Amino acid sequence: MTEPFTVAGLAAALHARRISSVEATQESLARIEAAQPALNAFVTIDHEGALAAARAADVTLARGAAPPLAGVPLAHKDVLMTAGLPTTCASRMLADYVAPYDAHVVARLRDAGTTLVGKTNMDEFAMGSSNENSHFGPVGNPWNAARIPGGSSGGSAAAVAARLVPAATGTDTGGSVRQPAAMCGVTGIKPTYGLCSRYGLVAFASSFDTPGVLAQNAEDCALVLDAMAGHDARDATSVDRAPADFTRLLRRGAGARPLAGLRIGLPREYFDAGVAPDVAKAVEAALAELRALGGETVAIELPTVGHAIPVYYVLAPAEASSNLSRFDGVRYGHRAAAYADLDDLYCRTRAEGFGPEVKRRILIGTYVLSRGYYDAYYLKAQQVRRLISQDFAHALARCDVIAGPTTPAAAFALGTRVADPLAMYLGDIFTVAANLTGLPAISIPCGFDADGLPIGMQLQGRHFDEATLLDAAHRFQRATDWHRLVPSGYGR
Amino acid sequence: MSPGIDEVRRLAKLARIALDEGHTSALASELDAILGMIDRLLAIDTAGIAPMAHAHDTVVALRDDAVTEGDQRELFQQAAPAVAGGLYLVPKVIE
Repeated sequence: MTEPFTVAGLAAALHARRISSVEATQESLARIEAAQPALNAFVTIDHEGALAAARAADVTLARGAAPPLAGVPLAHKDVLMTAGLPTTCASRMLADYVAPYDAHVVARLRDAGTTLVGKTNMDEFAMGSSNENSHFGPVGNPWNAARIPGGSSGGSAAAVAARLVPAATGTDTGGSVRQPAAMCGVTGIKPTYGLCSRYGLVAFASSFDTPGVLAQNAEDCALVLDAMAGHDARDATSVDRAPADFTRLLRRGAGARPLAGLRIGLPREYFDAGVAPDVAKAVEAALAELRALGGETVAIELPTVGHAIPVYYVLAPAEASSNLSRFDGVRYGHRAAAYADLDDLYCRTRAEGFGPEVKRRILIGTYVLSRGYYDAYYLKAQQVRRLISQDFAHALARCDVIAGPTTPAAAFALGTRVADPLAMYLGDIFTVAANLTGLPAISIPCGFDADGLPIGMQLQGRHFDEATLLDAAHRFQRATDWHRLVPSGYGR
Repeated sequence: MSPGIDEVRRLAKLARIALDEGHTSALASELDAILGMIDRLLAIDTAGIAPMAHAHDTVVALRDDAVTEGDQRELFQQAAPAVAGGLYLVPKVIE
């Protein structure tokens, strides 16, 4: 295929009728099949449905006045409900579950004309940072298949990095869009909590769960986010506000210093010890580039951000233990074959259906919510959550975005942290605060480490100010090539 | 706070998860490490700080008290392990 395999590139080629949606979709399906043995990025591949949608898109395109993303192939993380297709959450519990309805963001992207090629692999119920907690096996990193892709949206990140699809949805509860984006060398945005509906997103931690986008660049993220965002009365936390049109904002003209006036906050806490030297170097170089584009860096402080991990690992498991109580072997999902009574049915079903990480988090959540510990842990964590939010509000009064590394290190080798859940949690240090505060954040590729693995820079912004994040990322990507590099063996 | 094996058994019972007895002590030490990290919170001064449950301090909107969804019982029960006559089947709970 000679057309650029990006959302913007394919959309332009489809609207100009240089290619058909059937061709674009067949290309995507062929790439997915070829990469599946090495990457395991997909849980479900829907040849029939994708080609039917592509044929329908071609009819619409031929008539003119087709929606903006008509005929563009797309994949959804397997935690988003897709009517008539399996939605497994990469869990044995839902291995045979077929969703009866579409998630709001799935319906919106269908209405925008995208053709759904399949569902991507992930950490079970989106709990994990390495994509090793999948009932369907781990995902390989396209840059080195023996490394993790990051999690929990690891399949989506690997699929975009290997150019199997131009974009994929993800969800981000503690960094699950941004971490795999960083580790696979793609662009990933977690919008403000409330911008995109959670309706049909299988709940992990409802006060943090956020649908997001993984794509090659900020412009593609804007195109997909424009289609996804919007008020939905079925999600009580969906915010009713006028659509932003992020794509139009990015297409404004700009001079040699397009970021003039942008104040970039650098928290001391993000550049202290604990960051791998290669990561620190790449982020410093990216900051120099942002300054060359007109941005101004200012020192800021986030004194309580060091508490973000313990706060998150009280509140997210607490919400998970409540949300996942719905999996009881009665209404949907796995049911144990043998049991003595109803209570035994619950206990065996859940023991068989959930993997070790999901069980760990349910038990931690049960602990912090149980009598005698509720005030000490759960209430305390909610109070510290407010302190952290206040820190960010103060900092974002002095700057427009907060910059730093997305992860402390590039992708580690598969299997090396499975036995040490605590070490795995500590890798979430830079991403969980955006979920505690609800702030939008984007990860953009900014270099490689000595082993040739991608490094990501994170920008966090004010509530509902995705436009500033996308604009800064877009201007950075106009001036750099990190996001254009493709892992060898993929993309052709 | 170290949970110990008895505490892990109590949590598993509350969470309705049957424990694999061979892994209980490993699980207890994993939870011990995680709770040790969480214990750092206990030293933080939060006097007078209101708990934050939600990213936006907004009042949750109420919708009109009107029927918006039709009856989809058959569709939803297709996903159930055992149903009969429109009801979910469970083991006998009354002797």
